[in-house]
Amino acid sequence: MKHSSLMKAVGVGALALTLAACSGGGTPAPTEGGGESEAPQAGGELVIWMDQNRADALEDVVATFEEETGTTVEVIVKDFGAIRDDLTTQAPSGEGPDVVVGAHDWIGKLVQNGVIAPVELGDIAGDFEDVSIQAMTYNGAVYGVPVSIENIALVRNTDLAPEAPATWDELVSTGEAAVAAGDAEFPLLVGIDPNNADPYHLYPMQASFGGPVFGMNEDGSYNPDDLQIGNEGNVEFAGALAEWGASGLINLNISQDIAKEQFANGASPYTITGPWNLTAFEEAGVNYAISEIPSAGGEPATPFVGVQGFMVSQYANNPIVAAQFLTEYIASDEAQTAIFESGQRAPALSSAFEAAQSNEDVAAYGAVGAEGVPMPNIPEMDALWADWGTTEAQIISGDAADPAAAWTSMAEKIQSTLDG
Amino acid sequence: MTTTSAAERPTAPKRGIHHQPPSMKVLVVKILLLAIVDAVAVFAMTALFFQRDWLVLTIVALATLLVNVIYLNPGMLPAKYLTPGLIFLALFQVFVIGYSMYIAFTNYGDGHNSTKDDAVAALISQNTVRVEGSPAYRVQVVEGLPGLGLLATAPDGRVLVGTAEQPLEPVDPGAVTMDGQRATAVDGWTTLQLQDVLQRQQEIASLQVPLSDDLNDGFLRTTDATNGYVFQSTYVFDEDADTMTDTVSGTVYRDLGEGQFQSDDGQVLGTGWQVGVGFENFLYPFQNQKFGEALIWVTIWTFAFAVLSVGLSFFLGLFLALTLNDPRMRSRKVYRVLSILPYAFPSFLSALVWLGLFNTEFGFFNEVLFGSADIPWLTEPWLGKFSVLLVNIWLGFPYMFLVCMGALQSIPEELTEAATVDGANGFQVFGRIKFPLLLVSTAPLLISSFAFNFNNFNIIYMLTRGGPRMAGVDENVGHTDLLITLVYKTAFEAGTRDYGLASALAIIIFIIVAAVSAISFRQTKALEDLN
Repeated sequence: MKHSSLMKAVGVGALALTLAACSGGGTPAPTEGGGESEAPQAGGELVIWMDQNRADALEDVVATFEEETGTTVEVIVKDFGAIRDDLTTQAPSGEGPDVVVGAHDWIGKLVQNGVIAPVELGDIAGDFEDVSIQAMTYNGAVYGVPVSIENIALVRNTDLAPEAPATWDELVSTGEAAVAAGDAEFPLLVGIDPNNADPYHLYPMQASFGGPVFGMNEDGSYNPDDLQIGNEGNVEFAGALAEWGASGLINLNISQDIAKEQFANGASPYTITGPWNLTAFEEAGVNYAISEIPSAGGEPATPFVGVQGFMVSQYANNPIVAAQFLTEYIASDEAQTAIFESGQRAPALSSAFEAAQSNEDVAAYGAVGAEGVPMPNIPEMDALWADWGTTEAQIISGDAADPAAAWTSMAEKIQSTLDG
Repeated sequence: MTTTSAAERPTAPKRGIHHQPPSMKVLVVKILLLAIVDAVAVFAMTALFFQRDWLVLTIVALATLLVNVIYLNPGMLPAKYLTPGLIFLALFQVFVIGYSMYIAFTNYGDGHNSTKDDAVAALISQNTVRVEGSPAYRVQVVEGLPGLGLLATAPDGRVLVGTAEQPLEPVDPGAVTMDGQRATAVDGWTTLQLQDVLQRQQEIASLQVPLSDDLNDGFLRTTDATNGYVFQSTYVFDEDADTMTDTVSGTVYRDLGEGQFQSDDGQVLGTGWQVGVGFENFLYPFQNQKFGEALIWVTIWTFAFAVLSVGLSFFLGLFLALTLNDPRMRSRKVYRVLSILPYAFPSFLSALVWLGLFNTEFGFFNEVLFGSADIPWLTEPWLGKFSVLLVNIWLGFPYMFLVCMGALQSIPEELTEAATVDGANGFQVFGRIKFPLLLVSTAPLLISSFAFNFNNFNIIYMLTRGGPRMAGVDENVGHTDLLITLVYKTAFEAGTRDYGLASALAIIIFIIVAAVSAISFRQTKALEDLN
């Protein structure tokens, strides 16, 4: 008796929770004030999706924006990698954000899914580093305001390798000499995955054999109808990759974590990595210097340049305010510098980029990136990564007895996927 | 069995249905909780009303009504117990399965993300580009009798005004109020204040003021209400003919019912929309032979993985339970604690540790146990299967150990004694008496454990991500992929995400697990008769 009444009470309570859960998200409470009290709820609430890092960095900029325009801003913190899928699935419901931060190589897919809208930058487009605007451009329209530029480069331990290697052979011989002398364990550290290698980290070497992935149009955009991954230079790279795999220069068992840890331990004179690992090296007390990756195949070993930027949803409820926020506030020195300081990635706005050059690491990475090309942002790129990586792994491990044949059959397979 | 329940039935009313009115305290708690439910429901309904979500509004209203009727009515005792569970069931199971079913019959995925109207709007917005070399205007949003308009100041200082219907025309400089280089007001038009701009953003953003009567000259548009640029739409949608035309090349794209615009020579516009595709997703494995074969292998491996995981961890757990239940065993408590440890660690953490142990070059196994051997624990098809199974058994046996120990201790000692007196030896006592009794209480747990391992996404994903990849299959299918990781890859990691195909595969998994569970539960009924 007593038991049954209690059960009923618990049941009703559970229902309350369920209903509360269902109605959650109906009317989000406005975050921190700043908006004028008479500000209309329906019109002036800008919803932004960002990762924690950038949300912290932009706190002041957002506050200024709220004050100056009388808009309320609701910042929703999300995992950076999750923003792409969440925007794609949630935007069409009309409940999505007005503005998101994202990587430029998502743009093709986001446009294909119709969830982001072009932003006309007008004259301020000239205020940004060219490569960043090029990266944010797809099919002739600019999709957002770039904030950071990142790329990988060669980081060397100056105790083990005082001079930047001029050639790939010099890099290998210095590395091997250090190993032979017992000063190091690995001639070179490149963090890759045992099953899927890492086309991004291996790309500079591939580029040095003269092999792009897609052909380029005159305006610098990629042409999805011109798949170049099977061209001569790339096939040559496959042969070199097999050699490096056999000699242990490129090692499938060295994951990114191991590469980072071992370089921090001083176990190798060289690693190929991005600015995101520098803090760990510094904390470990490694004396490092950054330089360009020497060419293995004769052409410059240019890395892919990645750009992050703020984009406007096609379904934005506040398109005008969103555009204002992007073109006037995100494109400001203050915002770009704040994001740079929190993430150590070079700013995209030229004035902030110049100012950041006083930081040696940024300047060194910037010099390497200046030679690079943006990672393709066309949606066709997604069809490549998996096959590309698996084939690289098979070549490195030696499972693919004939590297050139394995590479060519991969290229054919990708072509047939693209042809649908 | 049947006789006992029949005998119990007449006594039931005494205990349950004719209950006395509940005490004051219980009544107050009940009314309070019901009030909270109603308050939350009313809040939700208000929010839904303003969002004009009539369907959900109706469902919430009906559910609330039902809940009130059930809990305020003195009778309906079974419903009082079942309602919360049923609501959760509807919300988290029935709805999810129903929605997956619906998706499985569509082409939802990359390039088919929303409705046709959205796709048309997106295509036009993507192909509305600034006219190259055109001047940048400073604009002010104004409103007049013809509607919303733009007051534009050209770089050369000319001031023009126009609306969507009325092309831009110069205004008398005397009638204009200037703020620096930008005209902010003009006689005969009302200047929109910031608040109005904020409220009418959609309207302003879609406002297109033609430069002249010739549409080819383009139109003035603003994205931020202060700067205006000359744009041109290169794509035109003809609603009557249902075609999209590229005005630059003159190509006409038609809707052929496949959820996309395509031209006569087979060119497809990237942004499409969702349409129903019937059983196409379910038929895909049959039409694509290599994928079909891969799917069969994955299904076989999924069954093998689930059965072996449950079976081996059960027998290991049972063995340990028997051993550590034996009073002759010394320091049993220490061993028991040690055996439960794998269960106590978060499984994500354990999987990561195992991943490190398995590393071919730096891992503990190869480095220490096998003397710097090069055993590819996770990258060779069969060894990969062995490794994930090993980790899963390591993670799973403590649970089985706990369950078996509990079940063993609840078997009365008299049975063992009686059997011994009847002349049974140790093996006979275990095999004929203890084990069947043990199965009665553990069989349902084994079935649920099977269902869990059938969908054990975490362990596969953390250790191998399904790899190594199968050769010769276009889709990214690996040798250690379970059906569930295959679904995930199809939906989220494929070059072209295909939620429709993923949902179809998920439904197949659901049917398999449901069928296996139903058959097994029927079998365990037979075990219950042992009692």
